Amino acid sequence: MASAEVYPASEPARWKYLDNIRTRAGPLTNPDIFDGQVVAQNMENMKILVIGAGGLGCEILKNLALSGFKDIHVIDMDTIDISNLNRQFLFRQSDVGSFKAEVAARFVERRVKGVKITPYNCKIQDFDEDFYMQFQLVVCGLDSIEARRWINAMLVNMVDEEAVDSYKPLIDGGTEGFKGQARVIFPTVTSCIECQLDMHAPRAAVPLCTLASIPRQPEHCIEWAHVIAWDKEKPFPKLDNDDPEHITWLYQKALTRAQEFKISGVTYSLTQGVVKNIIPAIAATNSVIAAACCNEAFKIASNCAPCLGMPGENNYMMYSGNDSIYTYTFQHEKKDDCPVCGNLARELVIENPEWTLRELVDSFAVRPEAQLKKPSIRSESKTLYMQSPASLEEQTRPNLDKTLKELGLTDGQEIGVTDPAFATVSFKFKLKFKQAAA
Amino acid sequence: MTEIVTSQTPPILHGPSEKERKYDRQLRLWAASGQAALESANILLVNSGAGTVGIETLKNLVLPGIGRFAIYDDTVVTEADLGVNFFLDDACLGKSRSQSLTALLLELNPEVEGAWYPNTEATTLAALLTTSPTFTAIVYTYPIQQEHLSALAEYGEKHKTPLFAVHSAGFNSYFKISLPGAFPIVDTHPDETATTDLRLLAPWPELVSFAKDMTKDIGNLNHFEHGHLPCVVILLHYLDQWRETHGGSYPSTYKEKTEFRRIVQNAARTDNPEGGEENFDEAVAAVLKTVVSPPLPSGLREVFEYKRNIPAEQRSGFWIIVDAVEQFYAKHKCLPLPGSVPDMKAQSKVYVQLQNIYKSKARQDAGEVLQIVHATADGQQIDPAEVELFCKNAAFVKLINATGGDSSARISSSDRLKLVVDQELENDENAEAMMMPLSLLPIYLALQATSHVASASEDDILAEVAKVVPGANQIEKIVSAAKEVARAEGGELHNVAALTGGMVAQEMIKIITKQYIPIDNTCIFDGINSRCQVLRL
Repeated sequence: MASAEVYPASEPARWKYLDNIRTRAGPLTNPDIFDGQVVAQNMENMKILVIGAGGLGCEILKNLALSGFKDIHVIDMDTIDISNLNRQFLFRQSDVGSFKAEVAARFVERRVKGVKITPYNCKIQDFDEDFYMQFQLVVCGLDSIEARRWINAMLVNMVDEEAVDSYKPLIDGGTEGFKGQARVIFPTVTSCIECQLDMHAPRAAVPLCTLASIPRQPEHCIEWAHVIAWDKEKPFPKLDNDDPEHITWLYQKALTRAQEFKISGVTYSLTQGVVKNIIPAIAATNSVIAAACCNEAFKIASNCAPCLGMPGENNYMMYSGNDSIYTYTFQHEKKDDCPVCGNLARELVIENPEWTLRELVDSFAVRPEAQLKKPSIRSESKTLYMQSPASLEEQTRPNLDKTLKELGLTDGQEIGVTDPAFATVSFKFKLKFKQAAA
Repeated sequence: MTEIVTSQTPPILHGPSEKERKYDRQLRLWAASGQAALESANILLVNSGAGTVGIETLKNLVLPGIGRFAIYDDTVVTEADLGVNFFLDDACLGKSRSQSLTALLLELNPEVEGAWYPNTEATTLAALLTTSPTFTAIVYTYPIQQEHLSALAEYGEKHKTPLFAVHSAGFNSYFKISLPGAFPIVDTHPDETATTDLRLLAPWPELVSFAKDMTKDIGNLNHFEHGHLPCVVILLHYLDQWRETHGGSYPSTYKEKTEFRRIVQNAARTDNPEGGEENFDEAVAAVLKTVVSPPLPSGLREVFEYKRNIPAEQRSGFWIIVDAVEQFYAKHKCLPLPGSVPDMKAQSKVYVQLQNIYKSKARQDAGEVLQIVHATADGQQIDPAEVELFCKNAAFVKLINATGGDSSARISSSDRLKLVVDQELENDENAEAMMMPLSLLPIYLALQATSHVASASEDDILAEVAKVVPGANQIEKIVSAAKEVARAEGGELHNVAALTGGMVAQEMIKIITKQYIPIDNTCIFDGINSRCQVLRL
């Protein structure tokens, strides 16, 4: 069989391997959407956004630059810390303290000729819809659920059914130790980050009374120092998790408490781990997950092979390397009651009909399906509680101590919840009262 | 008024060292012992072909701080390299590829040493292998010269060096690990939730009397005391009651266990201010998982049954401890107690007492094993810490490449491949009905057909595969895999190389640190469906 024609855009000798694949159909290529003659040029014209320039982000920038993308933008507000150097391979000891986005962009531009990388040393929340509208693809390498939910909500809200360009595929990666996941989201079309929120349930918090009076684990002593002792003694004006002096203070407090209760295992490293909620991270896993994400970006941009995330197809890859290697690639279903991309209100079980509004407000932070830390709540007819502005907060505060019943909230009623972390979204919930025990 | 004691010596504070700070995120996975193993590792990469997957592997080993690496690569840098390999730039064009790669990799971590070959001291791979200090592990990439492959296989056999063969082309890749014999892992890092072993059906006297003492007057405990009985104590108490009414036997069937669970549930107080008891909830939730006498785990059974033919194996610390644990198991009908107690609602003092009861029993069991070890020939030199670690992890000890040392179980690799092909093709016939994904073996076969050539056509590949699978050109999945491999013309996609390099590096770390469980022995990656399959080939 004669080989099909190759259609390079620029520097054919340099991009030979890439052009062999992206400009020629393979056995599984969909001929209806693939046009080998324009692929390379199209990819060179695409604007692609990378969110995060950390462990995954460094890999993602390298991978995209070597996948034929030429106009890459990257957002990260963080600066480089020494503990990044075991995996964030675009940074050196001398870069500690500089902005990640800046240093990473310059490095990849220097190394890969012809690639333009635009860094933004700020938060994703600093940009509006107009900014995000300019990109064709978004790839996330983040460590915070909150930032993922924010960008997800932004991209879902940007969709205008009349405008094809308003659909921005979102590719998201995450790692922990030897494990990780990569997923592809076509906003409003397939399951979104919010639909999948229960895959990332928050760790169950230790009850305050355990910390205060019956600690059993070294972590309980550390949390006590962190939550209770610090507040009481205020050794420094504001806790800075990155200040070794502050961590040392917490460590000493925790250690003394542990000795008092004969609990062993409090160390500096554990203290730091608990206080900063450190997730173990290594270069090898970042390499796997970032590449899985960029491989999907490459397929979406070129159509030279089927990608994850098409309606009715697999959209989620789980990877685990602890015990042999195990991947599970599956379809996560879109939820009709997703508060971001669904059109039905999500059911919210109320454990006890005698609850006060305060109990309801507090429960949002720990519910796996909500995870909202500063919720403001409206019923269909009135505002029940607003976190801000201060005047409204004050005005609505008395409602907190009223029971749901007193506020006229009954079974089956819908409420709207907003949270400053997700400025653009109103989460719709439908109350479902559990029957009181007989 | 209490006096404040000020004379108490403050604890000595060891802030983390510079190196501990740099490696913090990985030390949380493999600790100082794993790090020390990495730092003394000496890795050889024999690089060829498009040349990226091996470098991406090395990158992921240089960053966490392996001791030393060497790259053997006899090509010079071309334009095509710059489109796929991140550790080369325009200034490298026309220069030795191994030299250029080594220089840019070394920038990643000043603590790592690196060397490149061929150079004036070693002009061939054979010369390098004879003059270099022993390698801890060797990675080589396809396509490779037959002569190099033979030299590496011979070296691996002679020096007991693990070999990692890697092939990445277009959207597909695979890698295969050859270990020089059976490879045991003690520090397997099982999921924490899997490790609970409370011995509720075989409590020892100290545990029994502790539980009895706390529950002897259970009806008259005040709400606070009753609500803080540890769930272990609750379960022991009601198991004891159950036995009294069931002729001395424990709940064993599912039906009995759910009945037992109901009894525990009903024993919770609801007339207290909280209207329920968390510790009883914990006990109820733990019934099905902890009211069991665990069978001998399959992994450990395999270790016990493994036939040792090599004298060096017989005398190693691991196998001496295995024999001792087997004796212990034969005598007590259970493994040494691991000794950890999961967190549960309890008063601090009570919980710590309970922890100590489990810990001292674990120590006692490990002591008994150590005694058996010491009574064995060559057993005197064995570090008690090694025995202790084995006892703690006994249920999760794992043997990889278990047929490696047993020559009677060895079949030729081509016969083995034929067996697996038959099996995988048969599985595929039912895959759809079983909702199972299709086998990735066709990808392996197509890649393997290009092991020694720079590039091959679909027909060449199918002709080569037909040597193993007669009629390969009639099997749609094999034809499709051949087409996909042919499309690449021997070239790599950077993403697939990076992904594969990440997996290979994970596996090398597991083998070097002897922590976590490596694959046995081949992993195939399909970049179109984003999926892996591990097969023993």
